[in-house]
Amino acid sequence: MDIHTTAQIINFLAAMVLLTAFGMLVQRRIYGLIHLFAWQGLFLSVSTAIVGYAAGRHHLYISSVLTLALKVILLPYILNALIHKLKIRKEIETVVNVPLTMLIGIALVIFSYSLTAPVREMSTLVTRSILAIALATVMIGLLMMITRRHAVTQIIGFLAMENGLFFAATSATYGMPLVVELGVAIDVLIAAFIFGIFFFHINTTFDSLDVEQMARLKEGD
Amino acid sequence: MPLLILLVVPLFAAVVLAFVGDRKYAPEINIAGSAATFIAGIALALDVYTDGPMLAGNKFFFVDAFNVYLAVLTSFVSMTTAIFSRRYMRREREHGRVGHWGMRFYHAMFQLFIFAMLLCLLTNNVGVLWIAMELATLSTVLLVSLYRTPTAIEAAWKYFILCGVGIAQALFGTVLLYFAAEKVLGEGGDALLWTNLIQSSSRLEPTILSLAFVFLMVGYGTKVGLVPLHNWLPDAHSEGPTPISAVLSGLLLNVALYALVRCKAIVDGSTHTHYAGNIMMGFGIISILVAAFSLLRQKDIKRMFSYSSIEHMGIATFAFGLGGHIATYGALLHMLVHSLAKSSIFFTVGHASQMHRTQDMDKIKGLIRGNPLVGWGMMFGAMAIVGMPPFGIFTSEFLILTATIKDAPLMIPFLLLGLAVAFAAVFRKVQPMVAGEIPPYQKSMKVAHLPVLLHMAIVLAVGLYMPIFLNQWFHKAVQILK
Repeated sequence: MDIHTTAQIINFLAAMVLLTAFGMLVQRRIYGLIHLFAWQGLFLSVSTAIVGYAAGRHHLYISSVLTLALKVILLPYILNALIHKLKIRKEIETVVNVPLTMLIGIALVIFSYSLTAPVREMSTLVTRSILAIALATVMIGLLMMITRRHAVTQIIGFLAMENGLFFAATSATYGMPLVVELGVAIDVLIAAFIFGIFFFHINTTFDSLDVEQMARLKEGD
Repeated sequence: MPLLILLVVPLFAAVVLAFVGDRKYAPEINIAGSAATFIAGIALALDVYTDGPMLAGNKFFFVDAFNVYLAVLTSFVSMTTAIFSRRYMRREREHGRVGHWGMRFYHAMFQLFIFAMLLCLLTNNVGVLWIAMELATLSTVLLVSLYRTPTAIEAAWKYFILCGVGIAQALFGTVLLYFAAEKVLGEGGDALLWTNLIQSSSRLEPTILSLAFVFLMVGYGTKVGLVPLHNWLPDAHSEGPTPISAVLSGLLLNVALYALVRCKAIVDGSTHTHYAGNIMMGFGIISILVAAFSLLRQKDIKRMFSYSSIEHMGIATFAFGLGGHIATYGALLHMLVHSLAKSSIFFTVGHASQMHRTQDMDKIKGLIRGNPLVGWGMMFGAMAIVGMPPFGIFTSEFLILTATIKDAPLMIPFLLLGLAVAFAAVFRKVQPMVAGEIPPYQKSMKVAHLPVLLHMAIVLAVGLYMPIFLNQWFHKAVQILK
């Protein structure tokens, strides 16, 4: 594989990551969201492996396998099991104003490109436009957490954000040191454990996973 | 060696306590673990004091005057908090607010939290620093929701989501930092070591680092509780158990600020401007003002003191941003005395709210008559926290004000306004609580004397006379941060 083909494949995968991020932004069904999240993880994992191959950084293979195990298999499995247990598998969330959310998403992508422009000019790597896309994925995850009102959806937004970060870490810089990547993976696992507990607590206390009801803590006046 | 013990003991204690669970002697194990950690901290500090900064564990750990003083402070406050929480949590258990599993969880997570903070302070790797910070958040999230009330769960959820989002920004900043460093230092783990980064900071690309600092500021700033990223802080402090409020306020905020200051040193070294400092000053001054005015309208006692924490973190952030010898010295001192005074206040607040079974300030009355230690402790704590002489906070605020007059005189009115409003607000609220007759619903109870007395004694002593070793330590730390 020559360098141009590799660059094109990586850019294609980056585009797919962004596309799944947009898909998640407007997907109403929780089940579909988890599917999209798993796909995003898969693109991420493949892209990491290709970067590792092209740049000859073999520790990226470990990251790739780690992503595959964690983001494509384990986390979607846990989420599926949780929504099954909580009996919210078929729940449909109302997403307010899809066109507007999409437009904000597009604005965020443009913003990310302009923000990372100075970095891009300096980069000589195959993966030069990845940083912008990674940042855009982070921002869209953030947007998702703001616009959605369901606890599970917020968590998927959070994990999508984490995907964006991981994308930046592996693809833009040819991978962070392994100890850092492993540490981040452990943190994500602990977070998964914690939000699992949370779902049950919220569900039993508020009788639903709609976080809109959690508005009791306000400034005293 | 002390370094290893310092990190292993809390981790080990966490595992042991997870197994010990709700047995009668769990609080004692908690205290013993924290005390051992504190002794190891002192030993490490003595090592560093005599031999200077040291690298250990294949450059993985780095100890200098700056982080060792925070490590000692962290282990000290965690020890006194463990002592305080013995009686406090036992009573909460009797009142039925925490169950069997809750107690097990509380003790194990408390130690894990201490471990995370110590790792955060002592690691040389900026990436590991981030991981430890996230671990510190995660270990406290479920402690905030320990009481399982709707408000507690809401507060914990807010804490989890907001800090998760915030800290994610910090990771992006760290990635950018690595992106810049890798070109200079080569790829691999070495490019994230703080000692390497600071040495070659002038060769790092300034545009990337300025961008990185924005993300780092937002990320770690969320954990410091700076306005406008502070929304999680009052909720998490008011809804969690009081010992947790004490360590969150007294320690976690400090640790997050530590991370920010370390990053600032690298960015400043690269840009050769006052860019990072200016951003910090801006966040600092806004935090002071917003927190001071928010203090005025609080009804919940723990909420009020958590706003006071935002204010003080604002002061320290502002002073670090200002830079220069005196301001940095003042900021270091401020971190120390605020941490001690604030955790001591939370101890008394915890007792007071248990005596009245409420956190509503209108219902808490007659503390001095009801229990002199709690009453006077809160009174003197409040005096210290608003910056009255002869307490240590007066010294640090005075130093910071002096430096501000010299370097940034335009900021003085805002700073003074914030301090004055906070002064008035805290006094107006604390005075009716400590004075007056004992209300009929007040229950008398045994309280933990030692933590409050120790903390206040140190705050007072530092205000009256600065010990030589502390003085030298701070001077060394100032040199590092220049």
